[in-house]
Amino acid sequence: MSRRVGIEVSIAVAEAVRLADVDVVAAYPITPQTHIIEHISELIATGQLDANFIPVESEHAAMSCCCGSSAAGARTFTSSSSQGLLLMSEVLFIPGPLRLPIVMVVADRALSAPINIWNDHQDIMSQRDIGWIQTFAQNGQEAFDLTLHAFRVAEDRRVSLPMIVTIDGFILSHVIEPVKLLTQEEVNQYLPPFKPRYRLDPKRPITMGPVGIPEVYTEAKVAHNEALKASKKVILQGWKEFADLFGRQYHPVETYRSEDADILLVTMGSISETAIGAVDAMRDRGQKVGLARILLWRPFPGPEFRRATRGAKALAVVDRCLPPGATSGPVGTELRSLFYKVPGAPKIFNFIAGLGGRDVRVKHLEEMVDKTMAYIKRRPKELYEVIGAHEK
Amino acid sequence: MISEFEKFKKFKAKTLPEEEFLASGHRACQGCGEVLALRMIMKALGKNVIICMATGCMEIITTPYPQTAWKVPWIHITFENAASVASGIESALKVLRRKGKVPKRHIDIVAIGGDGATSDIGLGWISGALERGHDFTYICLDNEAYMNTGAQRSSCTPYGAMTSTTPIGEKGSGQVTWKKNMPAIAVAHGIPYVATASPAYFLDLMNKVKKAALVKGPTYVHVYAPCPTGWGFAPERSIELARLVVETKAFPLYEVIEGHYIMSRKISKAKPIQEYLRGQRRFRHLSEEQVSYIQRRVDAEYEKLIKLSEMK
Repeated sequence: MSRRVGIEVSIAVAEAVRLADVDVVAAYPITPQTHIIEHISELIATGQLDANFIPVESEHAAMSCCCGSSAAGARTFTSSSSQGLLLMSEVLFIPGPLRLPIVMVVADRALSAPINIWNDHQDIMSQRDIGWIQTFAQNGQEAFDLTLHAFRVAEDRRVSLPMIVTIDGFILSHVIEPVKLLTQEEVNQYLPPFKPRYRLDPKRPITMGPVGIPEVYTEAKVAHNEALKASKKVILQGWKEFADLFGRQYHPVETYRSEDADILLVTMGSISETAIGAVDAMRDRGQKVGLARILLWRPFPGPEFRRATRGAKALAVVDRCLPPGATSGPVGTELRSLFYKVPGAPKIFNFIAGLGGRDVRVKHLEEMVDKTMAYIKRRPKELYEVIGAHEK
Repeated sequence: MISEFEKFKKFKAKTLPEEEFLASGHRACQGCGEVLALRMIMKALGKNVIICMATGCMEIITTPYPQTAWKVPWIHITFENAASVASGIESALKVLRRKGKVPKRHIDIVAIGGDGATSDIGLGWISGALERGHDFTYICLDNEAYMNTGAQRSSCTPYGAMTSTTPIGEKGSGQVTWKKNMPAIAVAHGIPYVATASPAYFLDLMNKVKKAALVKGPTYVHVYAPCPTGWGFAPERSIELARLVVETKAFPLYEVIEGHYIMSRKISKAKPIQEYLRGQRRFRHLSEEQVSYIQRRVDAEYEKLIKLSEMK
């Protein structure tokens, strides 16, 4: 039987990695990812997990080791944050087209400069186009469940793609939460052993990562993109079966009190639980406000998002990333593109908040909703605005 | 002495393996010394191997999809990380064998990169892999500049050489630094086996590669690879230069077994360095003064090596 325990979310993630009976972990320490890899090291040292931990000299090497390990047919895990994720960026674009199902948990953290170890989404958003499946957890339970889900989906032969589970640094990674941990027997029911379609083996030699001349390059990119888009079916199946077995059902877009809402807050990650509080407070005051949370970010669940927000007059889209010089935040831009010239589409207003560990409280989310109500009547001058920044 | 060497049998010219693991029909330049070396390396390694290759000449000439020259499993990820990819594969096979998920059979893991991939952009990755003690072999194919991108200098480019980023002019006289000593850097990691080789002495090259693969733990082989296109010499002179570089003491052949230096070929009557430099476009601008500096430094470096080999 699964048991509900108070556990630090990083430890819960490491426990999911243990339950997945991972073969190889290659990682380099960076705050706030450290507790995950420390606990995995401990599980290996105490004989609770039979895996090889490669203590690499950089994140670039970590992802390079992961590519080699996965290509050799091993179930492979890593974790990183912020500057570390950026250092591995060159390699991150490669396991997608090579169809290597590496699983990574990213504990989100701001980017330098100025150097800042606290939470926002600038790191993962800068790696939006690496061609991995990307999900966002809002709490410890989801961090645990989505990590197991990631192995199941990534390694499915119909998918064979790398997958990232995003958890907010500190806000999730270092917080003790109640989490229902699954038993080994339960996980075994859900997660079959990794059986790669191709692996590096002298008995059946293959060439992996050849030169893509102009005559084939476009086709290779299209094939990868098609595979990423087609993975949604398996992602949904993975959640359905998870619900059938363990009772917790996930959706690409999760909604809260959205049915008759005029205005929907749109969030990702841990801020969504604060948004639930804000929605409740505003509902108590008679405001028709709800929440749409993006859980699956890549491949972007367009039809699901349109369905989830049908009937809303406006969306208050929260971005935890400020791309300098852009028309709006990455989520704002994505949704404007999704709804462009769609009849009956909600108006989209984009708010940037919670950078580098700045708290986003109920009052900030209420401020966004109030502004959205005003903007429905009178268009704002700018395509986005930063909430919670101090005046000079 | 390393116990794995008990299994070692020297290659002989008359009984060389006939099977090729690097197919012909690849796109190397005529007279490429690097691909000649690579062909013999593959003969020495045999089929029970996984190759991790850095970006570079050998990578692009062998794998323009849908063609491949490789008859053994081969992987390329990026420029600097062949040693890390090899680390991942080695680690994976070890754990998969332990868990009974793959046959127990040993497979040689070999990472191969050019001099730029090895001495410049990939140095940290190689250092990490050597230090962690993975059971793999790193082979540097050293053609002394970034030939794949048009002959720009690397830290393995020899002193005085003209490259496209060390051009000759009123204020430019070629490479101003001495060649980085990559084998010494490998030795400094305390690994069991390091060797240098030249394709002119192909049996020596094959023997060293075979020994490196046999040894448990990380091993390093640095191979001189003449490049007619980048250095500017007649393609038929590749092997001649690969011999001259040894006979002039500019590229000494040796092994370092568990820290002990062993000269593979002692040069008692060295040819003057000018014989090696002559006929290469990259050196034709050298002044007498530069040539005599090179001669002095080559002699001094060789002496240092002899002293190391005489240490008990």
